[in-house]
Amino acid sequence: MIDRKLAVSVDDLTVAYNYKPVLWDIDLQIPEGVLMAIVGPNGAGKSTLIKAILGIIKPIAGSIAIYNKPYKKQRKLVAYVPQKGSVDWDFPTTALDVVMMGTYGSLGWIKRPGQKEKKASLEALEKVGMLSFKNRQISQLSGGQQQRVFLARALVQDASIYFMDEPFQGVDATTEIAIINILKELRKAGKTVIVVHHDLQTVPEYFDWVTFLNVKKIATGPVKDIFNDDNLTKTYGINYKVAVNK
Amino acid sequence: MSLSEYFELLFTDYTLRTITLGTAVLGAICGMLGSFAVLRKQSLLGDAISHAALPGIAIAFLITGTKDANVLLLGALVSGLIGTFWIRGMTTKTHLKSDTALGLVLSLFFGFGMLLLTFIQKQPNANQAGLDKYLFGQAATLVEKDVQLMVIVTGVCLFVLLLFWKEFKMLLFDADYTMTLGFNTKFIDILITFFIVLAIVLGLQTVGVVLMSAMLLAPAAAARQWTNSLGIMVFLAAIFGAFSGVLGTAISASQNNLSTGPVIVLVAAVFVLVSFIFSPGRGLLFRELRFRRNRRDLQLKKTLQFMYGIAKTHENISHPHAIRILNNFQGFTKTSLRALEEKEWIELDKQLWSMTDKGFDAAQDLYNQQANND
Repeated sequence: MIDRKLAVSVDDLTVAYNYKPVLWDIDLQIPEGVLMAIVGPNGAGKSTLIKAILGIIKPIAGSIAIYNKPYKKQRKLVAYVPQKGSVDWDFPTTALDVVMMGTYGSLGWIKRPGQKEKKASLEALEKVGMLSFKNRQISQLSGGQQQRVFLARALVQDASIYFMDEPFQGVDATTEIAIINILKELRKAGKTVIVVHHDLQTVPEYFDWVTFLNVKKIATGPVKDIFNDDNLTKTYGINYKVAVNK
Repeated sequence: MSLSEYFELLFTDYTLRTITLGTAVLGAICGMLGSFAVLRKQSLLGDAISHAALPGIAIAFLITGTKDANVLLLGALVSGLIGTFWIRGMTTKTHLKSDTALGLVLSLFFGFGMLLLTFIQKQPNANQAGLDKYLFGQAATLVEKDVQLMVIVTGVCLFVLLLFWKEFKMLLFDADYTMTLGFNTKFIDILITFFIVLAIVLGLQTVGVVLMSAMLLAPAAAARQWTNSLGIMVFLAAIFGAFSGVLGTAISASQNNLSTGPVIVLVAAVFVLVSFIFSPGRGLLFRELRFRRNRRDLQLKKTLQFMYGIAKTHENISHPHAIRILNNFQGFTKTSLRALEEKEWIELDKQLWSMTDKGFDAAQDLYNQQANND
C-alpha cells in the first residue's frame, strides 16, 4: 500500500458557486491502479470535484497534481467521460465521429485525424460492443449505446487515469455489466479509474476504493476498510445500514 | 421586367450582376456561419448582434460625416462586438440567463441607435439622409467594392473554417470535453463568434438590421433537415443561402423593385418550409407516411398471424374458414382482408377465407423473424 504511486493528489481544494461553497477544503490522495467510486448525496459536489480536477471549473483555492506534476502538463495521461446528458445528442454526427474526438487531443491544433486514428477509434468501438453502430447518427442510439460511445471516446485516448461522471446513469443491466467489465479490465491493465457513482448497493461489488463526499471529504480508502455504516451515516445523514448491508 | 428577362439581363447588366453576386455571396457566408449559431443554440445571438450594430453606424457617421459604406460598417462591427461581449459578460458574470442578456442588449442598443438616427435627421446637414436604409437594407446600393469585400471576407472565413474544422466541431458538440483535451476553448469560441458578427455586419447594407438574423438562421435550419453530417449541413446551408440571395434579388428586380431584403428572407423561409415538410429523414410528410405504412403493415401482419394460427391446425392449410371467426379478434378490417388478398396471401370467397401457400410461408417467415429479434 505505502509504496503505491499517487495518481491524483488534491490539496486544500475549495470551489464555490456565487459564494456558496460546493467543495470545502478537500484533501484527496488517489493511489495508482484503483477503481474508485465517489459517493455522496445530490449536491455533494461529486461532479464538481471531477470538473475541478480537470480544470473545467476554476477553484477558489487549492492545487491538483497528476503524478506529482500540475495537471496542465499531464493532460495526455487523463481521459474524461462527461455525463451523458451534458451534450445535445441531436448534433449532426455519427458514433464513429464522436469516438474519433478522443484522438483530437494527441493530434493537437489543426491536424486532421488519419487512418491510424480511425483504426484506433474502430477498435475502441469494438471494445464497447458498438462496432456495428459506427455509422449510426448519434440521436438514433439508445441511452445505453450513447454511454458506450462516450466510454469508447475516452478509451481511444489511451490514458492512465479515467474520470467518469455517472456512467451508469439511465443504462440497462446489460450495458451496466458491459461497462463495469471494461472498467475492471482497465484496472487490471494498471489504470486508475475514478467514477461518480449513485448506486450504493453495487459499490462493494464494483469498486475496490471509495471516497465519501458531502461538500467536505468524509472518508477515502479501500472499500473493505471504510465502506461501513458509520461513514454512510456521516455522508448521507441517515442510517443506510438497512439499504446496504442487508 | 419578368423573371426570364431578369436572367437574360444578368449577363449584360453590370449593376444587376453586382447586386446578384453580392446577395449570393452574402447568403452563402450567412448560411455557413448560421449553421454554427443554430447548433450552439445561439439562434437569437444573430438578432441581438445585428440590432447592436445600429448605434455603431450612427456614431461612425457622426464622427466622420461620410456615408461611405465601409466606414459605417466598421462602426457597426465595433458596436456589434461590444454588444456580443456584453452578452457574454452578462451570462458568465451574473445570474442572468442568456435569453435575458440577449433581449437586454438587443433592445438597449437598438433603442440607442434609433435615438441617434433621429438626432442625425434633425441636423441641418444635407448629407444626413439615407442612414435609415440600414434598418431594412437596400441591395440596390451595393457597388463592386462592397461585393469585393464580401468575397474576401467569405474567402477568409472559409479558410479559417476548414483550418479549424475539427476544433469547431468538437466545441459545438462538447465544450467541456474539448477543454480537457487541452484546447483553448475560449479562443475557438471567440473565433466563431467573431466571424458570425462579421457576416452579420456585412449583410446590414443589403438585408438590414431588423431581418438580418433570418439570413443567418433560415438556411441553416433548412439544411439541418436534409442531413446528419455537419460538413454537408454547412455546405447545404451555404447553397440554400446563396440561392435565397439570387432568387430574392431576381424576384424583387422583376416585380417592380420590391424591397430586396424582405424578399430574400421570404425566399429563405420558403426553403425552410419546404425542408420541414419534404425532407426524407426528418420531414413531416415522410414521417407521417412512414407512420401510416407501419401501422398498416402491423395490422396486416397481426391478421395474417392470427390466420396462420388457425390454418396450421389443419392438414390442408388452404381449408376455408368463415370470416366470422376473425370477429373475436380486433386486427382485421375489410380493407386489410382485401389487401391480404391482393398480396395473394389469402383467397376470399363470400363469407369464407382460405390461406394460400404463399400466405402460409409469409406468416412462417414472420414468426421466424420475431424469434430472431427476441
